[in-house]
Amino acid sequence: MVFLNSDRFNPGLLARFARREFAPNRYDAIAFALIGALAVLVVHGAQQMGQPVAALHLSPVALDPRRLPEYALRSTLRMFAAIIVSLGFTFVVASLAAKSRKAGLVIVPMLDILQSIPILTFLAFTTAFFIGLFPRSELGAESAAIFGIFTSQAWNMAFSFYQSLRTLPADLEEVSTQFNLSPWQRFIKLELPFATPALVWNTMMSMSGSWFFVVASEALTVGNRSIALPGIGSWLALAIDQGDVRSVIWAVVAMGVVIVLYDQLLFRPIVAWADKFRFEMTASEQEPRSWFLELLQRTRLFPRIARPIAAVLAAVPRPPRLRSPVRAITNPVFIVWFDRLWIGAVVLGATWAAATIAIYVHSTLNLKDVGAALGLGFLTFVRVIVLIAAASLIWVPIGVWIGLRPAWSQRIQPVAQFLAAFPVNILFPFVVMGIVAGRLNPDVWLSPLIVLGTQWYILFNVVAGASVLPTDLKEAAGIFHLRAWQRWRDLILPGIFPYYVTGALTASGGSWNASIVAEFVSWKHTHLQAAGLGSYIAEAMAEGNFPKIALGSTVISLFVLAMNHTLWRPMYRYAEKNLRLN
Amino acid sequence: MTLTLERPVDTGAPLVEVIDLKHVYGKGNGAGLTVLEGVNLTLRPNEIVGLLGRSGSGKSTLLRSIAGLITPTGGTVTVKDMPGDDTAKGVSMVFQSFALFPWLTVLKNVELGLEAQGVPAEVRRKRTLAAIDLIGLDGFENAYPKELSGGMRQRVGLARALVVQPSILLMDEPFSALDVLTAETLRTDLLDLWSEGRMPIRSILLVTHNIEEAVLMCDRILVFSSNPGRVIAEIKVDLPQPRKRLDPAFRSLVDDIYARMTAKPSGPAAREGNFPGTGLGMALTHVSTNTLAGMIESLAAPPNHGVSELATLARELQMEADELLPIAETLQLMRFAEIEGRAIRLTPAARRYDAADVDERKQLFAQHLLAYVPLAAHIKRVLDDRASHQAPATRFRDELEDFMSEPYAEETMDAIVSWGRYGEIFAYHEDDDRFSLDDPA
Repeated sequence: MVFLNSDRFNPGLLARFARREFAPNRYDAIAFALIGALAVLVVHGAQQMGQPVAALHLSPVALDPRRLPEYALRSTLRMFAAIIVSLGFTFVVASLAAKSRKAGLVIVPMLDILQSIPILTFLAFTTAFFIGLFPRSELGAESAAIFGIFTSQAWNMAFSFYQSLRTLPADLEEVSTQFNLSPWQRFIKLELPFATPALVWNTMMSMSGSWFFVVASEALTVGNRSIALPGIGSWLALAIDQGDVRSVIWAVVAMGVVIVLYDQLLFRPIVAWADKFRFEMTASEQEPRSWFLELLQRTRLFPRIARPIAAVLAAVPRPPRLRSPVRAITNPVFIVWFDRLWIGAVVLGATWAAATIAIYVHSTLNLKDVGAALGLGFLTFVRVIVLIAAASLIWVPIGVWIGLRPAWSQRIQPVAQFLAAFPVNILFPFVVMGIVAGRLNPDVWLSPLIVLGTQWYILFNVVAGASVLPTDLKEAAGIFHLRAWQRWRDLILPGIFPYYVTGALTASGGSWNASIVAEFVSWKHTHLQAAGLGSYIAEAMAEGNFPKIALGSTVISLFVLAMNHTLWRPMYRYAEKNLRLN
Repeated sequence: MTLTLERPVDTGAPLVEVIDLKHVYGKGNGAGLTVLEGVNLTLRPNEIVGLLGRSGSGKSTLLRSIAGLITPTGGTVTVKDMPGDDTAKGVSMVFQSFALFPWLTVLKNVELGLEAQGVPAEVRRKRTLAAIDLIGLDGFENAYPKELSGGMRQRVGLARALVVQPSILLMDEPFSALDVLTAETLRTDLLDLWSEGRMPIRSILLVTHNIEEAVLMCDRILVFSSNPGRVIAEIKVDLPQPRKRLDPAFRSLVDDIYARMTAKPSGPAAREGNFPGTGLGMALTHVSTNTLAGMIESLAAPPNHGVSELATLARELQMEADELLPIAETLQLMRFAEIEGRAIRLTPAARRYDAADVDERKQLFAQHLLAYVPLAAHIKRVLDDRASHQAPATRFRDELEDFMSEPYAEETMDAIVSWGRYGEIFAYHEDDDRFSLDDPA
């Protein structure tokens, strides 16, 4: 989903999400089929190209703490490479979707689906593809890892940019048109600045989410292909293989340090800087601040570097302008027919795509496999529901308690966001040790792992919601001596509900994704497995059984989409209709 | 910035010519909403022309057609440059909402149009500073809009419009988002700049719904009717500048315009608008019952004693014409008041209402609502006839949409729900969008 800036909840955004004119419709189905077919084709192509490659002999990872900074750096670089690709993707694809109605018809539902399905399952496909593309070279493995990380980042960023483009303030658009700004000037002066706050927030969320991927994608074995790129993820994989507890702890520490560093040195400054792009005519009460940004601004060097960049950006914008561009065809009959033609082509493409998937899967699997996958999907579904409910029962009261105390919430909020960014798969080995030592049932005790990393979304959204409960309502509740239960029922729960839904939706999406690593964990030679769709996919990945991966991915995506459309969207709509605090 | 201190001689050649303009919003197949029809307008050098009308009269649409922001459905708009080597070219616009880029400083905001024209940086800076100076913004060059008051923001909007040296300045309700004092200062400053010829512009087209503002500033006023917007009157204002609001001639002109704006449209009956249509097809304006009660009370109280000139009443209540007129017309519809030319007079029923207590007021209101608003009676009848005494609201909404476009149907429903609730004629349940006869509470 697109992350809403929970620091300052924006009911307008929520409204757009809930009321989306592009909410579930036939285009969802079309997009879904196209995405699936693309994945199948990619693998198919890769299998043709890259014949069995033995494990890539890259510079082997060594469990030496002195090398850890280098590994951490390489993991971070991979992530930044991916974020740059994601930004490029965002600008191109989202602009296309916003400016061309026909492109939008296909792109928007695609983004909507891609941002909600567990992208981890695609890792197998993309890895196979890139290794096939550059067999025996590190480039293939690097590209695969970076592309994998990209797939975990790009969608919600593009979606947020698209939404911003669709909601540009009408008067500013009129000014731009009236002054005849060139497309580039429009982008630099209007579109990009207006989209910046939401985009920065979504980029941060993508970064946080993708640590999980960095860990998962650096050391990956898909069938007979395996890659181990120097980085924290590979370090962790090796440590788990060898059962080296100290090295696992080192990895946890390194990860913590890296996250704090990039948060302080990169994201805080960007958030503080981006505050000026908030589209509000009043100065915000609490301006986000960053010591590092203030430091940079006080230096003499930094502004000198920044100024020429700004000058270049401002100078680019003057491509020769055509006095009267080609007149758009406005004949309504023609437009209707062209639309039909286009939609026909899209439907045809989707049908072909669906057939491709069916044939691919059908070649090795039968209906029984589909039934089995659906059954396992149901198990994971139960797990997700129960654990989100449990996490809610724990974190909603705590979040409200914190949110109502400003001094606390200001301190807790960054901690919760840090915890949400922390890739919990690093902690899994400890859980495995515990389960093995206590001879516990993995079907039950592996389950909490799927919300371990995602529960924090519930916490920090609830804290945000509780902290903006209107003072007058709280005072009214105080004056009339509302009893505890009444206070919760009539004030607190309705007030935090929209925030809670945002958090729970994010947590649930993340949990489906996490199930792929959480239901199938190992420590040294111990492999623990909980029955579910996640372990089904993980196992298929280990075996390199692509039809099974394709089936599992499709089923898990269907589950997530069904849950979004039947549970979370209606809750959003309800919140938008009945629980607006203005 | 080359400021022409003396405006060229009025050659009489028009700057803008609008002929037979028509604009329809929404579907092109005739089901849309016609906002403008048969509008002609000529703008000559050296004049300020006001477009005066109530909301929905399409005056902003006309302005945007001239600005080139929208392509009208029919008719022609011609914008001509000044003859000879006059440097002023084209149109520029000032917005009601200021439309400033919050992430750009005052300087950058003003520079915007020049940058789009590709004016070299140095020239740009010089002209921008000159415009900022002219409008009285010096010292604020590096401020961001959010640091400025509303008045200062609109000055930025004005400087931005002037810096590109347009021959025509289009102003879309430029002072209506400002408080009274600030608006007055800005009007005066603008008129001073205009009369001293210190602005590069040749003429001004001003959209407003404030009658006094129009009389204060304009040489010529076009009064628009609503739904669809048509020019119903053209009024030349010959009062010398600076004009005084208390001048009897000024007052008389304002009163006169009030009368014209409440007059029933002549010619082909408009289907929607000032409660046009009859029976169920009557489009209502959602005026709160508190506002109606307040208006009756203040009309009944001294010094009015039941009758007042509309313009005087507006001044007394600090309301603008397009706020006051819907209230007055709603009272007239329910036979609580009569509008005669410039004056509004309470009916005996309204005097009873004024004297009554809460319950009697509600009863009286309910009687009048059922008697004079056909839709209310219709809903009541349907609810009475049904065994369940319930009916979905969509039923009535669909009926309304046979007569009027969707936004009007929506507003009419809002009005009937709120009035029906006040009169306790029927209850409305928002959750499942239905009417019922009895309110469980």
